[in-house]
This record gives sequence, structure tokens and C-alpha cells, in this order.
Amino acid sequence: MSALSIKPGASRKSAYDLRDPNADLTETHTLTVLVDNEAGVLARVIGLFSGRGYNIESLTVAEVDHEGHRSRITIVTRGTPAVIEQIKAQLGRIVPVHEVHDLTVEGPSVERELALFKVVGAGDKRIEALRLAEIFRANVVDSTLESFTFEMTGTSEKIDAFAELMRPLGLDKTARTGIVALKRGPSL
Amino acid sequence: MAQAMSGAKMVVQALKDQGVEVVFGYPGGAVLPIYDEIFQQNDIRHILVRHEQGAVHAAEGYARSTGKPGVVLVTSGPGATNAVTGITDALLDSIPLVVLTGQVPTFMIGTDGFQEADTVGITRPCTKHNWLVKETDQLPKVIHEAFHVATSGRPGPVLIDIPKDVQFASGNYQGPREIGASHYKPKVKGDIATITQLVEAIENAERPVFYTGGGVINSGDAATQLLREIVDETGFPITSTLMGLGCYPASGKSWLGMLGMHGLYEANLAMHDCDLMINIGARFDDRITGRIADFSPNSIKAHIDIDPSSINKVIHVDMPIVGDVAHVLEDVLRVWKSRGRKVNKEGLAKWWAQIEDWKKVNCLDFKNSDKIIKPQYALQRLEELTKKHDRYITTEVGQHQMWAAQFLGFEDPNRWMTSGGLGTMGYGFPASIGVQLAHPDALVINVAGEASWLMNMQEMGTAVQYRLPVKQFILNNERLGMVRQWQELLHGERYSSSWSEALPDFVKLAEAFGAKGIICKDPADLDDAIMEMINYDGPVIFDCLVEKHENCFPMIPSGEPHNKMLLGEASTQDAIGSSGAVLV
Repeated sequence: MSALSIKPGASRKSAYDLRDPNADLTETHTLTVLVDNEAGVLARVIGLFSGRGYNIESLTVAEVDHEGHRSRITIVTRGTPAVIEQIKAQLGRIVPVHEVHDLTVEGPSVERELALFKVVGAGDKRIEALRLAEIFRANVVDSTLESFTFEMTGTSEKIDAFAELMRPLGLDKTARTGIVALKRGPSL
Repeated sequence: MAQAMSGAKMVVQALKDQGVEVVFGYPGGAVLPIYDEIFQQNDIRHILVRHEQGAVHAAEGYARSTGKPGVVLVTSGPGATNAVTGITDALLDSIPLVVLTGQVPTFMIGTDGFQEADTVGITRPCTKHNWLVKETDQLPKVIHEAFHVATSGRPGPVLIDIPKDVQFASGNYQGPREIGASHYKPKVKGDIATITQLVEAIENAERPVFYTGGGVINSGDAATQLLREIVDETGFPITSTLMGLGCYPASGKSWLGMLGMHGLYEANLAMHDCDLMINIGARFDDRITGRIADFSPNSIKAHIDIDPSSINKVIHVDMPIVGDVAHVLEDVLRVWKSRGRKVNKEGLAKWWAQIEDWKKVNCLDFKNSDKIIKPQYALQRLEELTKKHDRYITTEVGQHQMWAAQFLGFEDPNRWMTSGGLGTMGYGFPASIGVQLAHPDALVINVAGEASWLMNMQEMGTAVQYRLPVKQFILNNERLGMVRQWQELLHGERYSSSWSEALPDFVKLAEAFGAKGIICKDPADLDDAIMEMINYDGPVIFDCLVEKHENCFPMIPSGEPHNKMLLGEASTQDAIGSSGAVLV
């Protein structure tokens, strides 16, 4: 008997065959989490994801209410519907977490990301980069004779598309914030 | 009224205001100011353990046997890291603890100072919540909040890291009433629509079973009373997890015994074949479910749990009810009574007939011997000779723990202290010390294996110093019995490192500590020896030499469902398949 021949469906990460082998149907969800802005709160959230083996595709955090000491964390994660439910429940039981909302299921939301692109080049390529930036409504926030730095806000798809176009034109460095999101309409 | 005082004094004052009577701890440089305050008062009793792990397990035993939070005080660095195993144990078994750790002064944090460790970082994943207090004025609020968090909702351990300069500095103390309400308020009332749905299911079920866990005991005496009422009035069978033993009396007519990997045949079969499973305060642990895909395939499942993350974590349930067990059971009973107390009598009669058939298998049967003490026999005798006493049992982890769960009967909650979730060898002895402190006149017995017991044997010093008459009932098979059993089942009887060599002479060891030692190896002497242990007024190490290669049955081999149990000396060859082999 080979003790370690692991059958399909058994997980190598965990000792327990907890995952339904048929449930490869993972979904991407955007979660918005309102937390007390206290030391270690981000570590608690990140530790939860790493400790329980959940995915983080993007994560942003900043204080949103200085008086009330509140920060908003926006997390984009991937998992089966059961895992997504579990992630929300686990987030909800962290003591400094006040609210957890799943914007993907709670109706229409606005999602935006900010990116900075440094494009290095000369001649036609440089002109083409600037022309495309205008089409994409990217702003030039820094410029030298050999380079532009563009700032762009938009959906992740739009930023991906712009990055793709810049690549042959001398894209040198990219910085992205990850997604921030809010539910549409008067209240969250 | 805010009062000016030092941080160290605040700690002691806050503990008093929280009603704390006992603190388990070990001093060190970073907690000296707090120890100095403890020295100058008489309201709080400090119990000096011999190792910080022992302090935490003792506090767990204290908490589990009283329903009150346990309090631990240790120093920075190694004091805190030594406490980590106990804290994790308390997290897994939902035991309320408040752990106070000293820390290097704030201006030295991050400099790799002497005895500095990132205690809040290290304990973040193993506490329910933790705090590093950097200002003395924050201290009272944090301590009162800590007690609230530890004891509200699903209980658990919390930790407060207090730098030494914060202990020395002066600030304003506020009592619990002056501190504003906490935002942490877990929901205790269950959803009434789902509760009504559950009542309908109770009225119609043909093959129902109550599957109860530690949550019933954590919820408190009201929950236990309500559970007993609902079980007795419906006449439904009830089983419990290891953590739930005592929530329903072992002598009760509806009791099936413990379920799970080493649970009773009738309990596991009832779980597998039921048409309505009512999970009350249990969490579908892998020791319970066996193979998930085949877990109770034909049942409607209800799950009452105060922790929303327990719902649908492992097993999908049809009726999730988030709330406190006592609150929810009260509503279930009220709705059920108002609808006429109906149950499916005909179905139930057939179900009980089936269960009686399963009971005839007599799954705890074992081959006794008149030459050597069988561990099961030792526990049968211990049960017989101690059950009339005001008795508390703790255990270590391994075969003896499972046998104790099978052969000892618990009539009341809070009488059974064991490390369930984390499975911490070395838990039972210090836990017995905590239990004995809370119940000075009770008979407190730690059912142990010799290997587990050695892991925290230094606590003999604590037991003797505080004259705690804890009885250490060691089933000594000179083996790591459960490891050996798995090696027999899974690894071709290659017993890699699973024997206990160079064991101490336990009688001499007891004497060296100033306690009593008893050795027993003949079944004929066992009763007298147990009586001698019970009647001795002081700590006893009872070295019970038992059969070395006894296996613990029944057993659901890992990776198998409930209806594939191994019974008695059944064939163990290839009992665990290759997919089960990777499981623990």
C-alpha cells in the first residue's frame, strides 16, 4: 500500500478532503470591510487569508473616517461560493471588524483602480504613447525628454488594456493601487 | 470616578473589579511591577506554576470547571511563547481566558531587547483578540473589554501585552461601569422563522438525533437544563462530541454515548442513518464527520451555533440558526409546546428499536484478563469506585483519553476537562490543578498516559506547594499508545519512536516531590489501590501498569464514513485506504 498516493480530489494543502472535487467553479468577489483603524488590524485580515488558505487578488486599505477611527479595506478574492461565504463569516468574527459587504452580490457597485505607468522612449513611439494616453484619458504627471509618467483611473480592465498598449511603446514601470469599490445608490 | 494610579495597580484593580479570584502565573523582569502589586494585596490569589504552559492549562481547567474566565499572568519573551500552546488549545476548545503578558518598555520595542518577542504578532492567530497597550490611560478600558470579548459570543482566549513602562507610569483608572459599551455584541437570539422550520421537522422526523457539543456547556446551565428538557420531552436520542460530554446525563434514557472516530457504534450509526440531525453547539469536526461525502447522507440538518463561521464551514446544513444555545432552545421549546408538543411516535418507536439492535453489538466489549490490567478495565473500576463522589475528570491526549470518554459517565456539565480540538499532550495535569483550586473539596482525577503526563510533570511542584490533592491516574503502557495504534494500522507495525524508554519510577518520583506514589500491576489489587488513591489526602501519582498493545476500539478509520467502523479485535490489516492515509 502506497501511503502517499493522493487521489484526485484530495487536497495537498490540507490534510482534509474538505473540498468538493467538482466545485472548480470559482468566482471573483469584491468585499468591502469597515474596520477600527487600530494597530494590527490589517495583519489580522491578511493573517486570516494566509492562515486559512484563501486567495487575495487585490487589497487596498486606508483610513476613511479620522474622527471615528475607521478604515475601509477592499479585498478582491477568488473562491467557490462556499469558500466566499466562509471568508465573509470569518472576516465578520474579527473583533475590530464592524461591517462586511460583498459588493458582487449586493447589487451594482462602482469599482476603480489607480495606476501609474512610466513609459520610456523617443521619436514616434513617444508621440504614439502620448496620443494613446489622451484617448484613454490618462494624465501626464511627470515628464522628461526620454519619458512620460501617466496617471490613470478606471476599471481594472481599462488599466490592463492601456498597459498592453504601452508595452511595445517602452513601458518601463507600473504601479497599481488595487481596486477600491463602493455600492451604487444612496447608502451602503 | 477616575482614580490616579500606576498601570500595575490598575491591572490588579481591574482584575478585582472583574471578580477574579485566582491568577495563574510565573514572574519575570517585564511583569515585576504587577507582581509587586499582587504582593501587596490579599483579594486575588496568585498560583505560581512551574512552566507557563502549565499556567494556561490550569487556567483552562479552572475556566472549564466553573464557567468563569481563567486568568494568566506571564512575562515577556519566553514567558509569552511558552504560553502559546495553551492559548491555542483554549482557542480550539472555546475556553474563555484572559492572558496578561509583560513586554519590554515601549521605547525598546523593535530593538530585539532582552526577552523581547512580538507577542501580539505571535499570538494573533491563536487568540480571539489581542492588544498591545502603549498608554497607561488605555489599560483599564482594554482589560475590561478583554473580559467582555473573552466571555461573549463564542468564548475564547484573549491576550493583553503590557510594556513595563506602561506598568510603572501613572494614569486614570476607570471601573467596568465607567467604560462605555463595547461594539462587540454577538447575536444571541436565533431567527424565529428557521426555528419554526426546525420545530416542524421535529414534529415529523422518523429518525431524529441530537448531536450536541461543547457549545451547550459554554452557553451555561440554562442551556443544559433546556437541552435536557427538550430531549426528555421529545424522546429523541442524543449523542455528544468529546467536548459536549455531561450536557446530557450519561444515565439518561436517551443517551447514546459519545460519537466520532472512537465514539460508540450506536451513536455513529444513528448519525449515519438519521433523517433529522439537530446539531447544537458542535462544529462538524473531522473527528466527528469521517468522510465528508458520505456523512449522514439522508438527513435534513439543523445547526445551532453562536459563531456564524461555523455554519456551512464543513457540512452544508439546511437549517442554520445563529444564536446562543440557551436562547435558541428556549424559543424551540416555546414554539414546539405552543403547537401541541407533537412528535412522530410511530417513527420514533421503530427508530429506537433499530438503535436497541445496534446497542446489542456491545461495541465497548473487550477481552479482559486476570493476569494483566486492561486499560478499559482500569477505567471501569475507576468509574465504579468514584462515580458517587463529587468528581471532576481531566485527561491528557491519546488512547487513555478516548477510553476515559467511553468508560466514564458524566451526569453534569463542567465535570470533564479534556483537550479536544488541539489535542495537547500535557494538558491534563495542569488542568487538574486549576480544577482543584476552583473546587477544593472535590475529587479531581487526571486520567493520563505516561507519555503525556511527563510533558508537564514539573507541575507536581505546584500541586504539592498549594496542597492540591489531585490524583494522577496514569495508564502506563510504556508506549505512545495512539501513535503505536496508528503505526499498527497504517505503517506495517513499524513502531517508530512510539515507546517510552527510560521512564522514571513514578512512586519514587512522587516521593521526591513530597507526594504519594502508588503502583499497581495486578488486576486483583486494582480496587484496593484505587481506594487508597481516593482516600489519601494529598496529591497522588498512580502508576497503573496496563496491557502494552491494547488498541482503542471502536474506531472509524480515517477517510471512512460512520457506518464503516472497526470493532474490537477486528481485522486491522489495510483498514485505512490510501486516501485516508494522508489524514491525521
